[in-house]
Amino acid sequence: MSSVAPVLPDGFVVIVKRECATCQMVDPVLKDIAGHKTPLTVYTQDDPTFPESVSAIHDSDLAVSWHNNIDTVPTLIKVVNGKEVDRTFGWLASDWQRITDIPQLGADLPAMRPGCGSMSVDPDIVDKLRAKFTDSPVIARTVEFSDAEDEFEAMYARGWTDGFPVIPPTRERVLRMLTGTTRHPQDVVAIAPPDLVELTVEKIAINAVMAGCLPEYMPWVIAALEAVCNDQFNMHGVLATTMPVGPVIICNGPGTRAIGMNSGINAFGQGNRANNTIGRAVQLTIRNVGGGRPGEVDRATHGNPGKISFCFAEDEVGSPFTSLATERGIPMGQNAVTVFAGEGPRCVVDQLARTPEELTNSLVACLQTVHHPKLVIGFDAILTISPDHGRVFAEAGWSREKLIAELTERSMTPGADLVRGAREMAEGIPPHLRDATLPKFRPGGILLTFAGGGAGLFSSIVAGWANGAIGSDPVTRVVGS
Amino acid sequence: MATGITILDPTNESKPATRHTLSRPASIKGLTIGLLDISKPRGNLFLNRIEELLTERGAKVLRFSKPTFTKPAPVDLRQEIATQCNLVIEALAD
Repeated sequence: MSSVAPVLPDGFVVIVKRECATCQMVDPVLKDIAGHKTPLTVYTQDDPTFPESVSAIHDSDLAVSWHNNIDTVPTLIKVVNGKEVDRTFGWLASDWQRITDIPQLGADLPAMRPGCGSMSVDPDIVDKLRAKFTDSPVIARTVEFSDAEDEFEAMYARGWTDGFPVIPPTRERVLRMLTGTTRHPQDVVAIAPPDLVELTVEKIAINAVMAGCLPEYMPWVIAALEAVCNDQFNMHGVLATTMPVGPVIICNGPGTRAIGMNSGINAFGQGNRANNTIGRAVQLTIRNVGGGRPGEVDRATHGNPGKISFCFAEDEVGSPFTSLATERGIPMGQNAVTVFAGEGPRCVVDQLARTPEELTNSLVACLQTVHHPKLVIGFDAILTISPDHGRVFAEAGWSREKLIAELTERSMTPGADLVRGAREMAEGIPPHLRDATLPKFRPGGILLTFAGGGAGLFSSIVAGWANGAIGSDPVTRVVGS
Repeated sequence: MATGITILDPTNESKPATRHTLSRPASIKGLTIGLLDISKPRGNLFLNRIEELLTERGAKVLRFSKPTFTKPAPVDLRQEIATQCNLVIEALAD
């Protein structure tokens, strides 16, 4: 699939195309260069009869242009002993005169004229050229569909989708996806459960293509997969449990804004490509590489729609609190993902509270219902405060630490109300805890985040799965390059 | 839509990439064979003769027909055939 880079001949090399007005303008100049003692070689990208003043070699497969990183035409390169020693692109008279050592070269032309895009970087063909010319260590088995097969139906039939159509991961698309990371395609990112197979950057890129990601999402997808594929997060257990949880991905750092993630209106919902496809790529990778499929290792009683994708960014700019990632040891300004085994979000309505104490009481009342009002400490939760609710805390000067301390204190409940059988409910904590007074959550069990649209006196709760060594702990990972 | 495109395998490659046809049975004696009439005119004449020949060779024959030849067989019909038959012959005629 790859090709040997063509060696440029010694002397001056110029790459042009007829379609470019600047190339047409420098056509007479080329004759002047050819008249001097240093040899001149001209490559033309489109029309073999261009330029008219000198003969040219047709770079018909664009191999010369591709291998010499020609972004703009015309490009003038000086080659000595097979090595490039100088280059200019577009028309800048002083550059051309200096490189060719012809003082009056193009003296009748404007001093400067920008060039045009090289055909080798044309968005319509650059992926094909990359696939053709890059000696890429992509080694995945190829699957060829027959003429009679619809590729979208064929991918459904093979069980590779989450129920929605996926983008066919052609070699061209996968190579483009791999441009989004500096990591080698065969780097092993993690051991993917449940089949415990080596998960390479290449396999992630294939699934990211299928999910609809852009290349710049790759570092986030990789970081999220690193975060879920370990004993602490316990992705195998998250799959296998009958509870309705899946990996919820919370993104922090300036990169969330650079890739256009949504932390505002409908942050948990549909419509944003980065939010939805990063989460989807993680789940498709677990499905296809890890082998985690519903009805097989995934035994969820109901599951939840977030198991297709549940990924959002924190609104760090608008937040009155320090960010979740900072709380979890990541310096401000660094990109990070935190993964949490969570169910779907539920809404907390309080449109009347005007003091932080009143609002905290409402939040606690709703948080108490996580999985069951009489079960405490065993489950964590994400609490996402909206801008309207956040304002109540900000105006009172409450910090993250203050809010969590108040939530914990106000959730304290006598064991007698929680033990099995109390309040005429069989479910509850073991009887030996009758005399204890217990908070709803273990220390660190509330993952306080800030996101949402600017209107709505609502917050949101995402309940977790069994926490600690018997279940899943949230995991935070820095997003690499 | 069919383009015959080539893609990269998104799985851990523990399963074969292509699916192979089942091997031919050594004998049809004692097997249940479904004959699916796709409801083209005179398909029944063709299938009647096939049924005679199969029965002579010791096979049990079950007859099925699609509601219309213009559409794929309904899921229920496919499942009925799959659960009742060892082999199936789908017949066209006109």
